[in-house]
Amino acid sequence: MNLLRELLFPLIAVVAAFVVGGILILIIGDNPLAAYALLFGSALSWPVGIGYTLFYATPLIFTGLAVALAFRCGLLNIGAEGQLYVAAFAAAWVGIEFGGVFIKSPGGDIVNSPMASLPGLILIPLCFVAAITAGAIWGGIPGVLKARFGSHEVINTIMLNFIAVALCSYFTQYHYKIPGDPIMQTAAISQSAHIARLGNYVPGFPQWIPLNLSFVVALICCGLVYLFLWRTKWGYELRATGTNPTAAEYGGISVRKQIILAMTISGGLAGLVAINEVLGYRYRYYDGFSDNYGFTGIAVALLGRNHPVGVILSALLFAILQRGGIPVDAFTEHVTKDIVQVLQGTIILFVAAEAFFRGPFAKWGLLRRSKV
Amino acid sequence: MAELFTISLIWSTIRLSTPLILAALGGLFSERSGVINIALEGMMLAGAFTAAAVTYAVGNPYVGLLAGMGAGALIAAIHAVACIRYRADQVVTGTAINILMIGIPGFLSGAFFLSSGSTPQIPKEQLIPDTPIWIAFALVPLVWYVLYKTPFGLRLRSVGENPEAADAAGVRVAKMRYAGVLLSGLLAGLGGAYLSIGQSSLFTRNMTSGRGFIALAALIFGKWRPVQTMLACLLFGFTEAVTIQMQGVVKLPSGEDIPIQFIQMVPYVLTIVVLAGFIGSSRPPKALGIPYEKER
Repeated sequence: MNLLRELLFPLIAVVAAFVVGGILILIIGDNPLAAYALLFGSALSWPVGIGYTLFYATPLIFTGLAVALAFRCGLLNIGAEGQLYVAAFAAAWVGIEFGGVFIKSPGGDIVNSPMASLPGLILIPLCFVAAITAGAIWGGIPGVLKARFGSHEVINTIMLNFIAVALCSYFTQYHYKIPGDPIMQTAAISQSAHIARLGNYVPGFPQWIPLNLSFVVALICCGLVYLFLWRTKWGYELRATGTNPTAAEYGGISVRKQIILAMTISGGLAGLVAINEVLGYRYRYYDGFSDNYGFTGIAVALLGRNHPVGVILSALLFAILQRGGIPVDAFTEHVTKDIVQVLQGTIILFVAAEAFFRGPFAKWGLLRRSKV
Repeated sequence: MAELFTISLIWSTIRLSTPLILAALGGLFSERSGVINIALEGMMLAGAFTAAAVTYAVGNPYVGLLAGMGAGALIAAIHAVACIRYRADQVVTGTAINILMIGIPGFLSGAFFLSSGSTPQIPKEQLIPDTPIWIAFALVPLVWYVLYKTPFGLRLRSVGENPEAADAAGVRVAKMRYAGVLLSGLLAGLGGAYLSIGQSSLFTRNMTSGRGFIALAALIFGKWRPVQTMLACLLFGFTEAVTIQMQGVVKLPSGEDIPIQFIQMVPYVLTIVVLAGFIGSSRPPKALGIPYEKER
């Protein structure tokens, strides 16, 4: 019964958003049912649709987990975007510097010597560490600022997002770009740092689909976050801080420590987006690669009720939207892929303003024992 | 360095500060009433798109300007109803609106103009490059007066600082907050409209590119006060102007370009520093972000 209630409002929010989106599609003169059929049909087709949907879901699981964990401590981390940028750059940096890639600038050649690269067994973990550390530091800064000076994490994370983008863009443009490359991207990382695509393991699954082992890492992280939050003392203290900081403080929990801890872990989780992007997909840092992953992570966490299982489910939904938006753009008369953002925004709005639905439900006696 | 400080730099600073001032003054009304407004970005986008679309359709930029303000207010109304009536989390709602407003203009322009996210070009004689600038700078003393010298301003500030006391004194908290948020939509919409039919001549996808957030930063940097906020906007507009002017023109003694990224960071770094209390403390309104539930 409890589970049902947990599922009820997210479901209503999603359905309501699809209704709103459908009305908009109708207004501009297309058939909403046909558009939605196209959206889901293509996103769930085997193997290409599903492959891409899971690939798109991977970064959203990481950012969703990041936001959810901070939420559990009563913090809103809208800085996942910045955290994943610095992490991606850090991962690429390790993949270049320790991967035998030399960029002679200015005007020089790029030298890629596989001999000078660390072996993958060392290099890949090193990239992981770099990504997690960079993300954790970028998340930890607003944590420390809040714990030490009481300044609001929301503003600081927004500011740090912009600073992260500018910093990475600086290092890319002036130090790690191949001279003469018109695209704002770093040189390619060492081959040894690549992580395997799932096409290597699943028969009949094309190699060119970028879905890679990061997806498995994302699922493992969901399990780890669950264990951390509900099976460890630190996790308990973190949730206690989120539920009632005053009571937690009286109970002997250092709220300041918890704030820093939560933001650091959250940043580290967001940083893992880097492994999907850099080690599994583009094999380089690409300026401006994130398709709002950090902000969509907020939607993922909210819709998923800040629970790892919910995060997986809602990341899948948003990934379906993202993948399905492409054919909708191409094969309908008027609907563009912007419908995806419209649906996403509407879903968050409805989840946030849950009281909007609670009213009628309470009136019909469907939710008599609702606590919130 | 001397050749940097030219008339054109000053003029460019003023032009680039204008949308920031308008949006930041909008944010001031909302936040002083106790409602966090990170949706300024979305409201600006709404204003920019609507102003360009209406000006293109009607041929009169003043109608476009008003329509842009109306669109900002409409988006603000969604924010207000969700946050005030349904006590939704204000930051989350703001984020939702920002995401929504990345989509809506593209969605509509795809339908109306068969384009991917921009409106058609507007003829030069139908643009208003100057009027919004005067409005922005004239608004600063006006907002100051309204906020500090009128009963409305007193009530607005009181519901942002201590809604319980204001309620007890007979101020209708929800009504004041609705007013604050709607005003923020009008002004942010105007700021956005200036971007599309003042500075530019069409709406392009995501054309605000973070200006709503810079306006928010300026608001915090200006300690939620009108005149200081304007000064902060001028400073941030100046950094943007310098970035544009310096690109490829001014070189380091070594002959290399000065990395513009470091100048771009200035507003954001300053905001963090100020918020942490290193340069005088910046204290938000006490009830900022807390939904108010009337006792029965």
